[in-house]
Amino acid sequence: MSRVGWIRIAVIAIAIALLEASCRLGLIDHRVVIPPSEMADALVHLLISGQDNDQILRTFGIVVLAAVISAIGGFALGVIIHALPRVRQSLDPFFATYYAVPIFIFYPVMIVIFGLSAIPIVLMGVATAIVAMIIATLNGLDRVPQVLTKVACVHRMGRIATALLLKLPAAAPHLFTGLKLAVSYAFIGVIASEFILAPAGLGRVISDAYTDFDNRKMYALMLLLIIVATVVNMFLHAVDQHLAERRGIGKA
Amino acid sequence: MSVAVPGEDIHASLSDVTRVYPGVAGTPAVHALGPVDLKLKRGEFFAVVGPSGCGKTTLLEVLAGLQQATAGTVTFEGRPIAGKVPDGIGVVFQEDASFPWLTVWDNAAFGLRRNGVDPAKIRRRVDDALAFMGLTDFARAYPAQLSGGMRQRVCISRTLVLQPRLILLDEPFGALDAQTRLLMGDEVLRLWRRTGATILLITHALDEAAMLSDRIGAMSARPGRFMEIVATGWPRERDSKIVSDAGFGEITGRLWDNLRGESMKSLGHSGVAAG
Ligand SMILES: Nc1ncnc2c1ncn2[C@@H]1O[C@H](COP(=O)(O)OP(=O)(O)O)[C@@H](O)[C@H]1O
Ligand SMILES: [Mg+2]
Repeated sequence: MSRVGWIRIAVIAIAIALLEASCRLGLIDHRVVIPPSEMADALVHLLISGQDNDQILRTFGIVVLAAVISAIGGFALGVIIHALPRVRQSLDPFFATYYAVPIFIFYPVMIVIFGLSAIPIVLMGVATAIVAMIIATLNGLDRVPQVLTKVACVHRMGRIATALLLKLPAAAPHLFTGLKLAVSYAFIGVIASEFILAPAGLGRVISDAYTDFDNRKMYALMLLLIIVATVVNMFLHAVDQHLAERRGIGKA
Repeated sequence: MSVAVPGEDIHASLSDVTRVYPGVAGTPAVHALGPVDLKLKRGEFFAVVGPSGCGKTTLLEVLAGLQQATAGTVTFEGRPIAGKVPDGIGVVFQEDASFPWLTVWDNAAFGLRRNGVDPAKIRRRVDDALAFMGLTDFARAYPAQLSGGMRQRVCISRTLVLQPRLILLDEPFGALDAQTRLLMGDEVLRLWRRTGATILLITHALDEAAMLSDRIGAMSARPGRFMEIVATGWPRERDSKIVSDAGFGEITGRLWDNLRGESMKSLGHSGVAAG
């Protein structure tokens, strides 16, 4: 691992150790925050007991569903919009300001329409994630060099072969960046919706634990969320970096 | 040494060809090329020189069948070219056209795989082409790990494996320094001798044109036309050492006489005729 990587780990370890010490020494009230070691312990016990496992699976299932819909739908919409320059021109300002609007204000509307079920939650996940994928697709297709179309003609390739064998791989690193963002945004959209109002799910369980002053459960599930989100993101980030590096695309 | 006597049969031709880019959304139409006449003899090495923006790339793309001529006829091996690149023509573009997602080896194998060639044959031809272009050690590398010159060689390999009978090169070494360009020129000469293909090389470098070709067409500023076609009379067995030949200076001098005024025009000077 790189030096920076080690420093990063050290910083996290020190922060956790400080929090642990502060809790143990009574600097932080136990009723506010429990020590990290206790969070981990609570999480292990919670998972073993299986008490909320169905809720956990439900939420992660919804996240995956929302991410898949966003990735596929966003890609398809991106391809269509890219092929229609006029439509794109009229949509551009909308895309540019999309994430400046708190999309959550539409959540109650969706509940009114679809009822208190999983559907509004999936839709919120998709609504948060899909535009990132559309933008990434447009961005990727913009960067497909013109000369590839000429190369395709010299190889006497048809439109579909050109799209699948040349344009798609040429745009792939940008598409993957879109996928990475879509997964993160789907996470945020789904958990936050569940938190606000939902019949079930991880967000709901955390929110219930909070109302019941059940600190052990609340922090255990928060820890679980952080771990899962971090691991998934680190994995996608590593693949993203690998693709970009191989292609010589500078990425931070 | 045998003097290069290209076959007399016409391999590809442009007759009275013009190309006008139609105006898009209010912009005026651009008359980029012609009318030009050009008869490429089978097996000859023809270079086109001319100021930038004079229509060289347009000429190449019309000849390749990548663009439709606005007027005139284009033929390859006796058949008119119509809206499609015919089999037997290979093109190396001005821009880097290597596939960054494939290794050097897979780049070179691309066309053969698409044509469904037998894998053993693919392996033989690709290995051979990479060895010829000095890329054997980089077969597993990705284009991003290579220099610009090597990436162009990857593109040449990708064209070479398909064994084209007419190879069109559009300023393939434009981005390289002068010394590297001379050496790449030697490689193109080797390639030409080995494959026996007809080569049309577009370049903005007079010395490159003078050193490599049997004949050189000097183009006017846009709309590009051939002002003069200079025959070099070099032997087929030649290389970059020819630049110290007495005749070399004479040829570049003659090209420059033709091009000086035209280059000035393309710089925006008007009415300055070449001596
Ligand atoms: N697709 C196009 N539409 C309109 N004008 C073009 C197009 N392609 C090239 N041109 C114009 O045609 C002229 C010749 O271009 P080109 O053949 O690329 O020149 P060269 O290769 O000699 O530099 C230039 O003035 C260029 O701006
Ligand atoms: Mg050009």
